[in-house]
Formats: sequence, C-alpha cells, structure tokens
Amino acid sequence: MSEFFTVASLVFVVGSGIRLATPFLLAGLGETIGQRSGVLNLGVDGVMLLGAFGAYWTILETRNPVAGILVGIAVGLVMGLVYGVITVSLRAEQGISGIGIFLFGLGISDLLFQKKVGTPIPIRGFGDLHIPLLADIPKVGEMFFQHSVLVYIAFLLVPVVAFLLNRTTFGLNVRAVGENPAAADSLGVSVVRVRYTTVLLANGLAGLAGAVLAAELGIFQQNLTNGQGFIAIALVYFGAWRPMGVMAGALLFGMVSATVLQWKTLGLVSGAASSLTAMAPAVLTILALVVISRTVGQPAALTRPFDRGH
Amino acid sequence: MLLALGANPLEGYQALLEGAFGDVDALADTALKSMPLLLVGIGICIAFRASVINIGGEGQMIAGAIVSTLVALNCGELPRLVLVPLVLAGGLAGGAIWGAIPGALKAYSGVNEILSTIMLNIVAVQLMNFLLRDLIMDPYEKEHGRLPQTQRLSENSDLPLLPGGTRLHIGVLVAVGMAVLAYVLLWRTSLGYRLRAVGHSNAASRYAGMPVKRTIVAALTLSGAMCGLAGAILVFGSESHRFVTDGSSVGFTGSAGFNGIVTALFGGLHPLWTIPSSFFFGGLQFGANAMQRAVQVPAALVVALNGLVVIFVVSSDRLRRAVSESWGQGRAIGRERVAGRSGGTALAEPQEMDCDL
Repeated sequence: MSEFFTVASLVFVVGSGIRLATPFLLAGLGETIGQRSGVLNLGVDGVMLLGAFGAYWTILETRNPVAGILVGIAVGLVMGLVYGVITVSLRAEQGISGIGIFLFGLGISDLLFQKKVGTPIPIRGFGDLHIPLLADIPKVGEMFFQHSVLVYIAFLLVPVVAFLLNRTTFGLNVRAVGENPAAADSLGVSVVRVRYTTVLLANGLAGLAGAVLAAELGIFQQNLTNGQGFIAIALVYFGAWRPMGVMAGALLFGMVSATVLQWKTLGLVSGAASSLTAMAPAVLTILALVVISRTVGQPAALTRPFDRGH
Repeated sequence: MLLALGANPLEGYQALLEGAFGDVDALADTALKSMPLLLVGIGICIAFRASVINIGGEGQMIAGAIVSTLVALNCGELPRLVLVPLVLAGGLAGGAIWGAIPGALKAYSGVNEILSTIMLNIVAVQLMNFLLRDLIMDPYEKEHGRLPQTQRLSENSDLPLLPGGTRLHIGVLVAVGMAVLAYVLLWRTSLGYRLRAVGHSNAASRYAGMPVKRTIVAALTLSGAMCGLAGAILVFGSESHRFVTDGSSVGFTGSAGFNGIVTALFGGLHPLWTIPSSFFFGGLQFGANAMQRAVQVPAALVVALNGLVVIFVVSSDRLRRAVSESWGQGRAIGRERVAGRSGGTALAEPQEMDCDL
C-alpha cells in the first residue's frame, strides 16, 4: 500500500480523477436541468453514444476537434427534440421511453461505426491546455491546470447552471414546472415550452459529454460509454438535484475510478480482485441513494407528464 | 432503414426470415434465443403491472447464473432427476435475491428502483468477473489458458434435450410454463390482484388496507426470479455447459435483460402474449446474423430497431388516447384523469395496446 501513498501517485490519481469525472459531470448537469423541470431522461447513455460517434467520425474525417464537439452537441439536440416529442407532447411514460432511446443509441452508434469506420482508428482530440503560471506550480499545477480545454469548460458550467437554475426567471420557471406544473401553468408559464427547452439542454449536454469522451479517449468502439450515462443519472440523485452536488458526486466517482486504476497499475490488487474494487462506485451510489432519499425530496412532478386539460 | 444503409431491403429481410424461421434447426435456434427474452419479459410484465420499473434484468440473470452454478459445483453428485430442478431453483433464488434488494430499498427507504437496479447490474457483473477469475474458475484454466470460466459443470445438471434431433432443451418448455403460471398469478390469485391494484393506484390500495410495501417487494422479487431462471437456463442449456464471462454483462446475457423489456411491452405486458412476442424478437436477433452475412448490414440494426419499438409502443398508447380524447369521448377523458393522478399509469392499462412496426 505504501507505493500508492506517494506524492507522484496521489497527484496522478487526482489529475486523472478530474479527467474521468468530466463526462459524468456534463451529462449529470444536463440531467439535473431536465429533472428540475420534471423530465427524467433515462436515455442519456444512448445519447452519449450517438454524440460520441458523431464527434469521433467528424474528427476522423475533418481532423477538426472543434467541429467534432459541435457535431456531438448537435446530435444531442436532435435526440432532445425526439425525446421532447415523445415525453412532453405525447406524454409517454418517461422511464420506459428512455430505455427505448438508450437501445436506439446503442444500436445506431454501433451500426454506423461498423458501416462507416469498421476498425477503430485513433483520432487526435484536444491537447492539454497548460494554464499560464498556474500550471507551473509544482504538483498543484499537475493536478488541476494541465487538462484539456474541455475539462475546464465542464467545470465552468457548474456555476453557470447553478446560476441559471437559482437566479434567473427561466430557472424559477423550470423549478415551478418541476414542482407543480398546474400552478405554473395557471400563472402563465408554458409548461410545454419550458420542458422542451430543458430537454434540449439536457440532451445537448449529454451529446457533449459523449463527444468529450470520444475526443479525450481518441477512439470509438461499440458501447464506448459502458453505462456512464446511467451513472450520471444516479449522480443527479446523489447530488440532490443541485449542480454543486452533482459535481461533488462526479469528482468522487472519478477519484474512486482513478484509484482503482492506479491500484491495478501498481499491482496492489490482483486482476480478479480488481473486479471487487470496481464495484465500489456502484455500492457507494446505492448507499448514498438510501441516505439521500430519506433526507431530500425529488422534484414533486418528476416523471409526471403534464396535461393541460385536466 | 435498410435502404438508408445502401442494402437491398428485400434481400435483407429474406435472409433474415430464412435465417430465423427457414427450417427446423433455424426454428429451434430461434426458440432457444427467445427463451431468455420470454423469461425476462414475464418478469417485466409482473413488475410493470405493479408500476415498478425493473431495469435490473441483466444483473438478476447473472445472479441467477451464479447461484445455480454454485449449486451444480457443490452438489454435482446428485442424480439428474434431482439436480436439474435444483439448479433451476438456484437460478430462481439468485434472481429473487437480486430483485428483492431494490424492492426492499424502494418500499422501505424510498430509493428509486430504476437507479438501484442499474447499480446492482454493475455490482453483479463485477461479482461474476471476480468469481469466474478466482473462486469458481476452472482449475485447468487457472493454471494454463486463464480463460475466465468454470469447469465443465456436472453432466447431471445438463438440461435434457427435447426429442427431434435439434438443440432444443427443456428450458424452452420451462419458460412457456412460467408464462402460463405468471398469467394465473396475475389474474387468478389475490397476490396478482394486489400487484395490479398497487400498479393502478398506490394510494387507493393503501386505503383499501393492502400491504403496499410488501407487494412492491414481491413484485421485484418475482420479477428477479424470472430473470434469474433465464440466467440459469443460459448456463445449463449452453453448448459448453460452463459459465463463461467476457468481462461484460452483454457477453453473458446478450442484453436479454434490456430486450426482455421490449418483448414484454410488445406483448402488451401480458405474459401469454409475451410468448409470440419474444419468439418474434428472438427470430429478429437470430436472423440478423444471417442478414449481416447476406447484405453486410451489421446485426446491431436489431438493437436499434428494438429501441424504436419501445418508443413507438410507449408513445402510441398515449397517441391513441390523445386522438380519442380530441373526439370528445367522455369515457376516455375520465380514464385519462385517473391516469394523470396516480402517475406512471401508462403501465396500468396496456391490455388493448396495439402497435405496428
């Protein structure tokens, strides 16, 4: 164990933990916005996969990472529109239609990958951006200020989303719609418009999360996300529907994953036992859910379709 | 969809149909492929009828496979007549445990079952990987090949083949039998009545004095048991008669834990209708491989298609209601009003659900 508690190793764990947390954070922030307005999107993982493939393929063809990221977001927005029609306009059961979106994304991204690319060819994403001065601080710089630009954007979005939800009229409408759509409607807030906006934002961020994942890993393969979208949904509950809470959860998840990776690299755990440590995040999340659901309530209208006529 | 991929659709579907239903062997393989879909689908019918969304089919299948494998490894000496039912019971038990956990968490701690079942899927996969690489790994593989799998399980635990010279085994009959049992349970017993009542309206059931919490636990336990049975049949009905992992859940379950949701919805959440529904989707899955060979369209198409089916089935129910409502039919509106109150009742009355592909 002493090999793990060296400065170099801990610096590595914090640094890669932050990097690993980024896709969770982006998808989780989007899901937070959606859920605050009462829309649960279980299809995050599928949207992430589609966003990831869109970004991967664009970067492969154009060698332009910025275009790749934009395509990832665009793919997410299109899926958001689809999901909006299904859950807001047609008022379909959210939990199940989300599974439909997940399966659709899983299948289509794999299908297109096999058809258009075939063998995984590595792509070049964004290089690491060293923030002047700060990156030169020994250790601290290495941990916090030598990441890809996408990582900084993700973390900057935390206060932005918090501000949006808590300090703007739009945010107030979102929360009103999520708690009591009928009351919000009677005060002249268009529930449909608010929910369409939040679903678009949520899915756009999910697409971005997938794009970031593909750009950072520099690769695409079948089921690239490996359930990360589902974990992002759990992190929203974990963070009690607050952006800061989601960030804390994403960081915790990233750090635990990085620790497990580092233990494996250092040979501290055998191959078989590393499976047991890989359970840790999931078990942790279940325990957190038990505590959270006792103390904080979810948005009252979560998963409830709104029908104006009644 | 095939057109968009630049393939001849007629040729593609012909290959798919022939591959799935072309001759006796193809039909038998399709039936084998449908078995896990049917069992998971039955489990989903039970859970969804009680308005409990079970997404833990994957994990519950794995849990069932683990327990039944442990039974076979420890009681391999028992005669076949005893051991086969015993390993199947092991599968039921393993899945039931893995379903009861999220059930209890939902009923007594208010933990959303969607999230807990997803997390338990992850735990089950890692548990399987650990066990197959360590405690129950084939001693020979442990020394040489290091393939994560068990030894050849006791011959007394092999599922008996059905006569006819195909690869069909009794697992398929067990699955069909379970569908009938589930139908009887849901519509001919008081527990089934409670399940459906809780699904319709949690609050009303409570006022009527029903043990709502215990009913929720029962729904997930039974649902998990069906999935666990599917996992056990996958192991003991397999060609290699081993429990094998490739490190992911898909490698073992073939995503049946998710696709079973599709078959159940397509079958209108009715256990008996889920039989033809899963046979259809099993054929789709099996035939897709033939299609891939014939017109070079990846079999992943079927996964995407499954997703679309779910979306259409779930939205079409509402679509139909929305249409009937705009025609001003008072009864439909009254029904909608009840549905709006209890929340998540798209599940409650899908009996007359219809859907075209």
